[in-house]
Amino acid sequence: MNNFKLHFTVPGDDFTRAGEASGSVKKTLKDLGFNPEIVRKCVIALYEAEINLVIHAGGGEIDVEISPECISMVLTDQGPGIPDVALAMKEGYSTAPDNVRSLGFGAGMGLPNIKKYTDEMKIDSTVGVGTTMYLKVFTN
Amino acid sequence: MTIKELAEKLELKILVEGDDDREVTGGYCGDLLSWVMGRAQSGDCWFTVMGNINAIAVSVLADCACIVLCENSTLDDDAKARAELQGVWVLSSEENAYTLANKLGKML
Repeated sequence: MNNFKLHFTVPGDDFTRAGEASGSVKKTLKDLGFNPEIVRKCVIALYEAEINLVIHAGGGEIDVEISPECISMVLTDQGPGIPDVALAMKEGYSTAPDNVRSLGFGAGMGLPNIKKYTDEMKIDSTVGVGTTMYLKVFTN
Repeated sequence: MTIKELAEKLELKILVEGDDDREVTGGYCGDLLSWVMGRAQSGDCWFTVMGNINAIAVSVLADCACIVLCENSTLDDDAKARAELQGVWVLSSEENAYTLANKLGKML
């Protein structure tokens, strides 16, 4: 299998389109015959990260590279950045506004879920500049 | 037990008939989407009051068998359209999540 590369632009504050990138990646991984549990891990992590782009960052870019050994996902935004990444990683911590909570988000589970379902997770964030998140799920 | 059998036994109203009449292998109750996303299992019947478009996305990505909207909670128009597009089963009931999950638990 050749490596696959996918790119998505995620619009900010548009909850009707949130999940399109994750859904597309799910379809691609299924079509390529990846184990369903690997697919599930990737898309749960990616959806959470995609939602974060929509809620917090005014949108962003997603790059996915698929090889037989690893699914690599990089999410880049030019949002406000995360002042305290360690705090943001705590279950239950959320800065989501009330209108977002009313949609069922903002439980403070996003980043913890991403960590739980990926094998590698790295966040580079600078306040006022933006955030890049690097995620990897290994297939073996 | 298939989704159609579940609908019959729990007297659920079918709001959207999905692609496959797949097996229901478990159940999950919850309304916080990220919470559900991280914990619901593939094949679960998801009991919730969240009838918005994001709930449809969560159901697809977590690979739930179906969504059951409890206590006659409404399915938004755009959510219905997305569910039809993606072949997601959405059902509804006037009963609450506890009652429905209790019944499901006895059937599985």
